Amino acid sequence: MRSLRRALRTVRWYVRELTDESAYDRYVAHVRKDHPQAPVPTRRAFERMRTDRQEADPRQGFRCC
Amino acid sequence: MRTANVRTIVVWSLVALIGAAGWSVLALSRGEEVSAAWMVAAALGSYAIGYRFYSKFIAHKVLKVDATRATPAERLDNGIDFHPTDRRVLLGHHFAAIAGAGPLVGPVLAAQMGYLPGTIWIIVGVIFAGAVQDMVVLFFSTRRDGRSLGQMAREEIGPFGGAAALLAAFAIMIILLGVLALVIVNALAASPWGTFSIAMTIPIALLMGFYLRVLRPGRVTEVSLIGVALLLLALVSGRWVAESSWADTFTLAPSTLVIWLVAYGFIASILPVWMLLAPRDYLSTFMKIGTIFLLALGVVIALPTLKMDPVTDFASRGDGPVFAGSLFPFVFITIACGALSGFHSLISSGTTPKMIQKETQVRMIGYGSMLMESSVAVMALVAASIIDPGLYFAMNAPAGAIGTTVESASQVVTGWGYSITPGELAQAAKNVEEATLLSRTGGAPTLAVGVSEIFSEVTGGSLKAFWYHFAIMFEALFILTALDAGTRVGRFMLQDMLGNVYRPFRNVSWKPGLVVTSAAVCALWGYFLWVGVHEPLGGINQLFPIFGISNQLLAAVALAVCTTLLVKSGRLKWAWITGVPLAWDATVTLTASWQKVFSSDPKVGFFKQRSVFQDAIDRGEVLPPAKTMDDMHTVVTNSTVDGVLSAVLALLIVVVIVDAARVCVRHVRRPALSTLSETPYVESRIVAPAGLFPTEKEKEEARDAVTAAGP
Repeated sequence: MRSLRRALRTVRWYVRELTDESAYDRYVAHVRKDHPQAPVPTRRAFERMRTDRQEADPRQGFRCC
Repeated sequence: MRTANVRTIVVWSLVALIGAAGWSVLALSRGEEVSAAWMVAAALGSYAIGYRFYSKFIAHKVLKVDATRATPAERLDNGIDFHPTDRRVLLGHHFAAIAGAGPLVGPVLAAQMGYLPGTIWIIVGVIFAGAVQDMVVLFFSTRRDGRSLGQMAREEIGPFGGAAALLAAFAIMIILLGVLALVIVNALAASPWGTFSIAMTIPIALLMGFYLRVLRPGRVTEVSLIGVALLLLALVSGRWVAESSWADTFTLAPSTLVIWLVAYGFIASILPVWMLLAPRDYLSTFMKIGTIFLLALGVVIALPTLKMDPVTDFASRGDGPVFAGSLFPFVFITIACGALSGFHSLISSGTTPKMIQKETQVRMIGYGSMLMESSVAVMALVAASIIDPGLYFAMNAPAGAIGTTVESASQVVTGWGYSITPGELAQAAKNVEEATLLSRTGGAPTLAVGVSEIFSEVTGGSLKAFWYHFAIMFEALFILTALDAGTRVGRFMLQDMLGNVYRPFRNVSWKPGLVVTSAAVCALWGYFLWVGVHEPLGGINQLFPIFGISNQLLAAVALAVCTTLLVKSGRLKWAWITGVPLAWDATVTLTASWQKVFSSDPKVGFFKQRSVFQDAIDRGEVLPPAKTMDDMHTVVTNSTVDGVLSAVLALLIVVVIVDAARVCVRHVRRPALSTLSETPYVESRIVAPAGLFPTEKEKEEARDAVTAAGP
């Protein structure tokens, strides 16, 4: 039972990382650690910023043929 | 002296034996049917040995990867594009970024020479060239804060070579988009089922985009699951549409599809990223990884037999209907992705280096991902080789060669030595619920037929039509995403170039500039698409070689940059690691370009082709396969454009290689003159394993790190 739970947790972690769903959590952790005074954006604002960055430089996240 | 333990020796001897057994059966069998299991054995055995020995040698002896040196991800961590990413996650990211339609299409077309030449090139090529290129580019870009290939070419070779590289990259992007779009048109033409389900991906993506932007930002997994469910629904309902009165609405002629695709590419590329591109990308990544996994499973479970000859007569005669030209050099340019792909160097520099945790991981990420992509190419080759060779040639020969009826196709293909009856051809189309399978060139439909054979064998002989359209949809999905993303990248390059002439173009969010450059890029690839569809000699037949040449030329640029860097960083002794693949790649590609420009065979040489048709026009004759005088003029225009393009591409690359050679020679003679823009050493604080499975020593280091940081 416990090992099943652990396996599920690993799968969830991997999927969240691979789809970049965890990007916001990672960013918050980063801001808290390196810039403790800085305000943390909301998830909505953060996701907007991320797509805007891709808009500005389409080579980010480009995929191959 | 180090000694290997007995268990290691036994295990690796066994791996070598398995690989060798696979190769022997593939190479020695003549006349009897061979199981695909042998191809899988040869591939996996060779990959394992290449990875274990050659990549390890390159990583430690040549590149001297340094686990104590901080990577850009660690030094410049900004929580967004620079951040140390777990190696297993990054492997997934990198693989999803490099694997696309390329490794699925090339091997299918190359199967006209038989399965053996393709298999050898895919496996040997990846071990000694493709995977090496990806890994070395990744390493050098990691040492340069994730600089792109273009930037590295400019900084390390010079402004002249750098500009040539940039121009080549732009031209290659345009050709790539035109050919990929052509593959889609050939797969969707006159197929209401396919057209409907692909059209449905647009509203699905819009819905997903809205969900992610407004309803639940960032919840990618749930929205992807919803998207995939809707996608499967669209796929199933495609059959109902095809059987209903709507069928005519979705039965489109190739020229209509061209207009739709160009319009789609233009509109999609000026819409905000969140609306269409980002959600489509999630959808296609999900489908890509899922389908590749299923296909691997299917091949291993079904273990079908290969029906294609190991080597066909077209290999030596060079008059194959799929593409003209003999085995050397054309197999090596037809199969680009999967063996050696220049495009990967754009991913290996730029995106991935900003996320890698440890220099030691370049082996697993760079070399490892490329081996995975190579195995996808092997699966595509299996899929193309298990279908009846008669059907394969009927599907891949242009209509100009085999006519438009099953009777004429059967007669011509049987004449080539691959007997198939008109009834069998008609039945094959009926099995997958398509009106016809004749001249469905481009590779995607052939792959889909192969995939449907494999999957339906696993699912008990039924669902053939469903799996066929599933495979078509899966390929069309990420080609459409590539059209959108590629147009944006092309636009970005164009904006950058035009910015030198008229400043406002530099500003990438300046709306008029955006619209103008997007339209220009779409018009350029749209031109090739239009030409491809209306080419009397067969669009894929004419354009695919140029696509292959351009992709391999980009590889030559990447390998030239790598070799220059090896020389300049004091690794002259090891410069052959990328120098030999560069020499091979340059030989193959320049030979192919040479033949495309100068060959006296009108099937191969563009200018010869031009003069043959021009002379006929002057005499007032119509040469088959052209049917009218207009066709004749089309052939003359197209072969002129194609010939000039082949020549220009080859010249650009010669410029890059010569400039790189100049820099190398100068460095060897007077090292003081050259500069190396490597980021200075900073000590790393991260502890992370190099390979997929941590070694005992790495586990110990991880434990020590935890205790040291402890409470």
